[in-house]
Amino acid sequence: MTIPIPKLLLNQRNEILQEWLHQQLSAPNLRTDLISEAELRADSERFLNVFSGAVKSGNVSDILSPEYKPVLEMLGDFSRSRGLQGFSPSETATFVFSFKQPLFSALRKSGQQDPAELVENMWVADLLLDKLGLYTTEVYQRSREDVIRRQQEEMLELSTPVVQLWEGILALPLIGTLDSTRTSVVMETLLQSIVDTRSELAIIDITGVPTVDTLVAQHLLKTVAAARLMGADCIISGIRPQIAQTMVHLQIDLSTVTTKATMAEALRFALNRNSGASPSILKAPFAKE
Amino acid sequence: MDRIPILKMGDFLLVTIQVDMHDQLASALQDDLTSKIVDAKAKGVLIDISSLDIVDSFIGRMLANTSAMARVLDAQTVVVGMQPAVAITLVELGLNLSGVHTALDVEKGMEMLRRRIGVPDLDRDTSGQR
Repeated sequence: MTIPIPKLLLNQRNEILQEWLHQQLSAPNLRTDLISEAELRADSERFLNVFSGAVKSGNVSDILSPEYKPVLEMLGDFSRSRGLQGFSPSETATFVFSFKQPLFSALRKSGQQDPAELVENMWVADLLLDKLGLYTTEVYQRSREDVIRRQQEEMLELSTPVVQLWEGILALPLIGTLDSTRTSVVMETLLQSIVDTRSELAIIDITGVPTVDTLVAQHLLKTVAAARLMGADCIISGIRPQIAQTMVHLQIDLSTVTTKATMAEALRFALNRNSGASPSILKAPFAKE
Repeated sequence: MDRIPILKMGDFLLVTIQVDMHDQLASALQDDLTSKIVDAKAKGVLIDISSLDIVDSFIGRMLANTSAMARVLDAQTVVVGMQPAVAITLVELGLNLSGVHTALDVEKGMEMLRRRIGVPDLDRDTSGQR
């Protein structure tokens, strides 16, 4: 049984296209607010072209084989641009599904086949267009996931600033939970700042960290250890009374770290410490000698 | 076999490690360093590792041991120039070089040595001990 679809698309291209457009334009849920008739026509033609090209090969089932690459590319771009225009993924997929009707009616009208063959052909076309329609939904989902991932990365960057409080003193106000990913970012940012500013003191303020459990404490201590290897001491400040209690109950050992309740206290301590070594630190920071 | 050169700068000795360390090189360094500390009556040793991209447990141990040997001979050791990526790796591996003092670079290392040698020191070493 030869599949008549390629020949149909070739010989009856215009009739099929006209019927498809007519059907789309008279659909009750047509988004005229988002797309013009001319654009719809252009999209439909484009799909018809690549689809015809692909089925000409005789392959009407495997959309992952090379013959369908132009189709998938077109549908990928289509799905992304429709998504940006504000179409829902179902609306985008319906574009592909709606092609079934004109195709089926062309198959029926071609008349030369017995009913069993006709049903077989319609079934093949049905499966193929289902796969292509679902593909547009997948592309949509993938691009959403990309957006989410990009936003996560941005959020990560935004939430770990390192500020130079004084000459040789850095401040690291941590906001939000401290998991292992953020700890890596914090460590990298802090160590690079230590190199850039040649600071010998870093005040890590955890007022904005909601919970401190053993894992968070471990991350903090790792950060302190890494800074020490670069020749900078750390002070942990912003410890709320509740957190202090929790830390002791969990037997977290902070004997190797200087801790202060507030950043103000930490800064005072840092300035005093530095003034012991070099009185010039009490001048305004960055003053020229 | 090459030996790592040791430079004398006043009361201090400067060692710059630029090549991969292996057993022989490490023990040769420790031989040379301990002898030189005694000969030069050095009070401080700076070990510059700014050229090392990788510091593994072998080098970590070597630094800690060398530091301890120098201390026995009444010289303070400071390891300087650790790259940020190296520091992160060491910390992740749990090798925090306890007993070894560190500084950002040679200049700060010398400041630290002068402070430690002259005055009761206020710094903590990498394990947090004074």
